[in-house]
Amino acid sequence: MEMTTFSIMPVLVVLTSAAASILIMLLRDQPDRREAVSLIAGIIKFFMVITMVPAVREGQVIVCDLFHILPGLNVVFRVDGFSLVFACVSSFLWIFTTLYSIGYMRGLNEHAQTRYYTCFSLTLSAALGVAFSGSLFTLYLFYELVSIFTYPLVMHHEDSEAFAGAKKYIVYLMGAGKLFFLPAIVITYILAGNLDFGPGGILPHDADPTLLIVLYILFIAAIAKAGLIPLHSWLPSAMVAPTPVSALLHAVAVVKVGVFCVARIIYNVYGPELMQQLHLVLPSAYFASGTILIASMIALTQDNLKARLAYSTVSQLAYIVMGFTLVSMSSMTGGALHIANHAFSKITLFYCAGAIFVATGKKYISQLSGIGRIMPFTMAAFTIGALSMIGIPGTAGFITKWFLGLGALDNNSMLLLIFILTSSLLNAGYFIPVIYRAFFFKLDPADAHLREAPKIMVVPLSVTACITVLLGFFPEPFLRLIQGLLGS
Amino acid sequence: MESLLHINSITFPILSLITFMPIVGAGMLMLIRDDQGIRIFSVIVTLFTFIMSIPLYVHFDPDLAGFQFVENKPWVPRFGLTYLMGVDGISLPLILLTTFFGPITVLCSWRYIATRVREFMICILLTQGIMVGVFASLDMVLFYIFFEALLIPMFLLIAIWGGPRRIYAAIKFVLFTLGGSIFLLLAIIGLYMKAGTFAYPAMLGLNLTITWEFWIFLGFLIAFAVKVPMFPVHTWLPAAHVEAPTAGSVILASILLKMGTYGLLRFNLALTPHASVELSPYVLALSVAAILYGGLLSLAQSDIKKLIAYSSVSHMGFVTLGIFVLNLQGTQGGMLQMINHGLTTGGLFLLAGMLYERTHSRHLDVNAGLGRLMPAFAFFLGLFSLSSLAFPGTASFVGEFLCLSGAFSFSNKLGAWVIPGALLAAAYMFRIFLRVIWGSGGKIELAADLNLREWICLSPLALLVIIFGFHPAPLMKIMNPALENLLARLPREGTLSLATLFNEISFSVFN
Repeated sequence: MEMTTFSIMPVLVVLTSAAASILIMLLRDQPDRREAVSLIAGIIKFFMVITMVPAVREGQVIVCDLFHILPGLNVVFRVDGFSLVFACVSSFLWIFTTLYSIGYMRGLNEHAQTRYYTCFSLTLSAALGVAFSGSLFTLYLFYELVSIFTYPLVMHHEDSEAFAGAKKYIVYLMGAGKLFFLPAIVITYILAGNLDFGPGGILPHDADPTLLIVLYILFIAAIAKAGLIPLHSWLPSAMVAPTPVSALLHAVAVVKVGVFCVARIIYNVYGPELMQQLHLVLPSAYFASGTILIASMIALTQDNLKARLAYSTVSQLAYIVMGFTLVSMSSMTGGALHIANHAFSKITLFYCAGAIFVATGKKYISQLSGIGRIMPFTMAAFTIGALSMIGIPGTAGFITKWFLGLGALDNNSMLLLIFILTSSLLNAGYFIPVIYRAFFFKLDPADAHLREAPKIMVVPLSVTACITVLLGFFPEPFLRLIQGLLGS
Repeated sequence: MESLLHINSITFPILSLITFMPIVGAGMLMLIRDDQGIRIFSVIVTLFTFIMSIPLYVHFDPDLAGFQFVENKPWVPRFGLTYLMGVDGISLPLILLTTFFGPITVLCSWRYIATRVREFMICILLTQGIMVGVFASLDMVLFYIFFEALLIPMFLLIAIWGGPRRIYAAIKFVLFTLGGSIFLLLAIIGLYMKAGTFAYPAMLGLNLTITWEFWIFLGFLIAFAVKVPMFPVHTWLPAAHVEAPTAGSVILASILLKMGTYGLLRFNLALTPHASVELSPYVLALSVAAILYGGLLSLAQSDIKKLIAYSSVSHMGFVTLGIFVLNLQGTQGGMLQMINHGLTTGGLFLLAGMLYERTHSRHLDVNAGLGRLMPAFAFFLGLFSLSSLAFPGTASFVGEFLCLSGAFSFSNKLGAWVIPGALLAAAYMFRIFLRVIWGSGGKIELAADLNLREWICLSPLALLVIIFGFHPAPLMKIMNPALENLLARLPREGTLSLATLFNEISFSVFN
């Protein structure tokens, strides 16, 4: 039995950035104060999240009941180890992304900056709402809010490419939400009579197995935000957004919302036992590894740096999904850890891509020859992020792959292990050439006047790169949160 | 019958008061000279009517089966006519919705109507009173009189203050509705022949043969299907909506359409339970057709009002679907959807009117990208669009969710048919919302944001949309016992096979 304590803190965390967004709108004529509000709200939010850590580390679950809409249909918050890993990472990275955004948006003289900062904090609120949601309805509510609030960010440039990308974005996410998520929730409601998450799942084990399997497929298809192929192509299109958006939202907050939902559905709606009973474990893992391999291969072919990173994200998200679907202690630890590990590594990579764009105006990998000589800090950070994505020991990514490999072995699947190793090779295949080109190719003489990006951008990316290395040696903080959950 | 009638716990005839106060007010408008005075007087009358209707909610006892606040006076005893008024959990929310919209319809016409203000306000006040009468009357003839009387002011509203094709739209509206109500009259006479009275409560205990039930069901169904409107008799609706002035559209969408679904619940389900169970699959098929076809048509429109009009066809399809899955969740969903569609679509039509007042166009392309000029307008449009597509946390979500769970409980196949309708709703609402707020290529350079009067029109609707999205309990508490009673009267499952039913019916026709 899990221990629950009541606290209003999760609500406050969600409301902090929502309140900040109102202030940001009111301060639209004073850019300095507007951005100060974003930054302060980020810091407050992070510390509020931290206050919940001790209780959760002891294996407690923080619960806050808000609205009872219908019997079994409640708005309720629930914080466990899972939620906190995601919440800590997103709120921590929000602080750095705000700093980085100031450099990026001012460096490029972007328009509609108030809208940008407003939607950014609203999205953060909604993403944390997903992290803290304690029922399928709450999850759905915040999941859809994330889609709405990110739309203006994706179409930020308001040119035809941005509108097309944003349209694809909303069509995929909203379409899957209505076509698959809604019926899945309705069927769950009819089967279970209740949508509140339970520790071992809520679906009755004696329901019609065919219906349960169809329902599972509906759920997996519904969560387009997890980026599983074939519902992944919104993610590369969303890269038309300004780079800080791609960095925080499309490498951390939004896509992690997707994998987080997958985890909730597997562990709190179905439950490990039912997953085993329906023989869903290995097929789902194979499905996820399909995405890992295909997305990595597509990434090999991309010359646009952000597009390559986007496909890399698609493939890395599938690692997390695979970890969750394997329902063993080590695979789940791997999956949950990778939420944090991938966040730090990939945000570093995106920060670097943005820094390169602001400093040099370059978007394509083929233009990056010798860029490491003029932007040493940026490219060093890029290297660390890339090594972590490949899974080199001493970086965060290694820890994940270690646990995932153990998880594959727990399920006696040599094949999955081979997939994991092959994909590491593919990761190396699309990252090493970038690094090699940046440091070992000759610099184009026309680029000799270029300089390193502004400090307000270089500092955040150096910090996240350092954390990537630190997590490779000391995964303890997140590990203890996750094990607090698994222990109970 | 007497056990179903609970006498008024308030000391004055409250239902007659809120029915006839606007009608008397309409007469008093004759005495006022200037246009501004007429407007102000109309607001006062409608506002007062709304305030007077609040005690209905406060003093209503949800646990009492039958009708409350009953007024029972002899009218024409020779023909079994009584002046019988009363409300239960089904009609009360609709009456409150009607009185709630009264001041809003007057306020939204403040500038929009510049000619013949007196006549316009008379029509508005008349519809106001008559609509309450429809929901409150418990005598079939009284109901029929109110039901038909409504056509006159509605016809005038469209035909005098409407757009360029107003005569066509008004005549189409009247012909369709009159064509339907002939069958209503036949059904009422049919019931009278069996019951010997026109009092609705007395008819609840009738034991009709299945053939009688079938014909009476059909009569009611045709009459109300036109009003809802159900596929394929929906074609009057887009015409009427597009041509009507804002207030007319709001009345049509928010209240008039609900008279159809109210009739289906009140008469079809309650008076002909066996036929309802037998024939529900056909009504369900029509509902699914309305949901999908209405949604597809809506997606193809570039006139904002037409788009909302077709979306109403689709949304009302959800209501009839919810009613005819014949389980508690479905009917609850249908009822909630009636209220929420009223609030949401009413809000959308108000916004469309405000847009037209500023830009003199309802075309999506002309009005693209207005969010920058009118942030407050954009906020309300966003909110009502989200509610219309049943976004979680808005009122319509709860209704649609219940309709869907009713449908999925009925059969998974039916549910699978309806889901694309939910998707279509998202598609067309996002199209209008994203286009008008952030789209590119708009032709409007300058437009003022909402003024105080418009804020006053929209904010109560917006508040209710959010409140009912998280806390529908006040509505559910009122209507649940009434719906449970209604469903308890239905036979558990079909007593006859369909073949036997049609045999009996053809027998009754040919002999």
